[in-house]
Amino acid sequence: MTPWQPVLLSNVNRPNSERITTYMAHGGYEALRKALNMAPAAVIAEVKASGLRGRGGAGFPTGVKWGFIAQDAPVKYLAVNTDEGEPGTFKDRLIVERDPHSILEGVIISAYAVGAHRAFVYIRGEFFLGVKRWIKAIADAYQHGFLGKDILGSGFDLDVSVHRGAGAYICGEETAMIESLEGKRGEPRLKPPYPAQIGMWDQPTIVQNVETLANIRHIIGRGAAWYASIGTEQSKGPKIFCVSGHVNRPGNYELPLGTPLREIIYEHAGGVRMGRRIKAIIPGGVSTPILPPDKLDVPMAFETLAAAGSALGTGAIVVMDETTDMVEAIRRITSFFVHESCGICVPCRIGGVRLLETLETIGAGKGTLADLERLDYLSRSISGLTFCPMGTGMCEPIASGINLFRSEFDARVAA
Amino acid sequence: MNVTDIQPSGVRIVDPAKEAMLLSALYIAQEREGVLTPEAIARVAERLGLEPGQVYSVASFYTLFRMQPTGRYLIQVCDGLSCYLCGGANQVVDYISAKIGIGPGETTPDGRFSLEKVQCLASCGTAPAMRINDDLYENLTPATIDAILERLQGEV
Ligand SMILES: Cc1cc2nc3c(=O)[nH]c(=O)nc-3n(C[C@H](O)[C@H](O)[C@H](O)COP(=O)(O)O)c2cc1C
Ligand code: FES
Repeated sequence: MTPWQPVLLSNVNRPNSERITTYMAHGGYEALRKALNMAPAAVIAEVKASGLRGRGGAGFPTGVKWGFIAQDAPVKYLAVNTDEGEPGTFKDRLIVERDPHSILEGVIISAYAVGAHRAFVYIRGEFFLGVKRWIKAIADAYQHGFLGKDILGSGFDLDVSVHRGAGAYICGEETAMIESLEGKRGEPRLKPPYPAQIGMWDQPTIVQNVETLANIRHIIGRGAAWYASIGTEQSKGPKIFCVSGHVNRPGNYELPLGTPLREIIYEHAGGVRMGRRIKAIIPGGVSTPILPPDKLDVPMAFETLAAAGSALGTGAIVVMDETTDMVEAIRRITSFFVHESCGICVPCRIGGVRLLETLETIGAGKGTLADLERLDYLSRSISGLTFCPMGTGMCEPIASGINLFRSEFDARVAA
Repeated sequence: MNVTDIQPSGVRIVDPAKEAMLLSALYIAQEREGVLTPEAIARVAERLGLEPGQVYSVASFYTLFRMQPTGRYLIQVCDGLSCYLCGGANQVVDYISAKIGIGPGETTPDGRFSLEKVQCLASCGTAPAMRINDDLYENLTPATIDAILERLQGEV
């Protein structure tokens, strides 16, 4: 098989890759021209046919989401999720910093498809360079007539603005992001209604991850049939896998969905440091269940990871070798969630603190079997019972970790 | 729409709803004083026609809005899983602590440095990582940390 030629990351290593001139010299904004000559419904149909699913973690089919927007709604919004905060994930930052126009072209095409004339870019407050790159890209796009009134003579208008978050992981959750964009505390809203029905200022709002949007120009440019020929049955197209932890070459690797985990770790990321054996793998960011090394041959796709007992999540692969202290690794993940809990629901706010305390006790060698039972009881009282998916995500590494590494936990507690 | 509508602070105010301007207003207020004082919060509230309590409530939700002053250089070391696995996190914090003589959550007596542990910086592929004010430092080693701290010690 010929090696995969990057599509999403084809520009990022060029000199001055972030500039509009570089982008346009390599086919940039051609897909926009093409899309503006299509009917909006045809653009939606093309994205639907491509099989593209969201890259922000939930994997919802993008074209289907666009179809939910009420055609007759007078005002519709598009919100661009650049809040990337799921530990282990560092792909969105790369695209925003090195190839912001590839996202922006997707933003304009998407807004045209759903009939939005206003798009809001929400970016994680800590992404200082990313903020600058977004602002510059948007300013240059205005100057070239890709934004503003009557874009490329099509009669379509679109304004885009950049909004900085201010340090809150939960604002990556789409409804919390909308609250934050409205100038409020980033506390999630109850779903349904989904943002596509009632979003920003109660108007239908499409929220999309930046990697998802970076796919759009390729789907329109090369066609849905080409796109759908990449990947597996239910997971189409290329995906950026972020590999970190105990590997020789950590980094972002763009590969077709369905690439086996083993190939990503051993061929692309250079294998495990010092030739050690793998003890555990987090396949999709810290909200996804931990996998044992006997699952290394799982294809990295939505359906296959679900069957293996985990999830594709953001595609952030964290590799832990045989020397890893799993109690400490899981404690560390839990401490992240406890820090980031927005606090509106009790299972996540209080349950998280209790989980962390218990893990700290066990980690310090002061735990008993009752503490292990408490972890189990607490996860069952949190998982599936929180206001938003974050609290449930918090339990995934704990439940799977104890299940897989029970003997390590047992060895740390007094009988 | 005009390109000049884009503010240097990173936020272009697009909606007449005053509330939606709150985060950007807080950034501007904080940029000026380095910290959000009660007076700054009251001023923001007045300018946007909001209650000071509401402004405080929103500001207190977000970690980047700071109610307590910090040193001139705020060193934020990633405490995330991937940085921990790559020998970062604890080791980097301990190393810096030993060098500048303060622990996490503290500020040096001369007000030059504050030290903090923070969540994943989205630099896991270039771990260990830390941020000092607006600058990101990746693939940290004792030698690179020494060089960074020495440079900042020397800044007048
Ligand atoms: C706690 C939490 C945090 C999230 N953080 C992000 C994020 O940082 N970036 C992102 O794109 N999606 C994030 N999501 C997913 C969004 O809610 C939403 O599904 C996504 O932005 C939709 O875009 P997509 O369909 O293109 O993936 C998060 C979800 C949850 C529950
Ligand atoms: S864990 Fe340190 S940057 Fe992600």
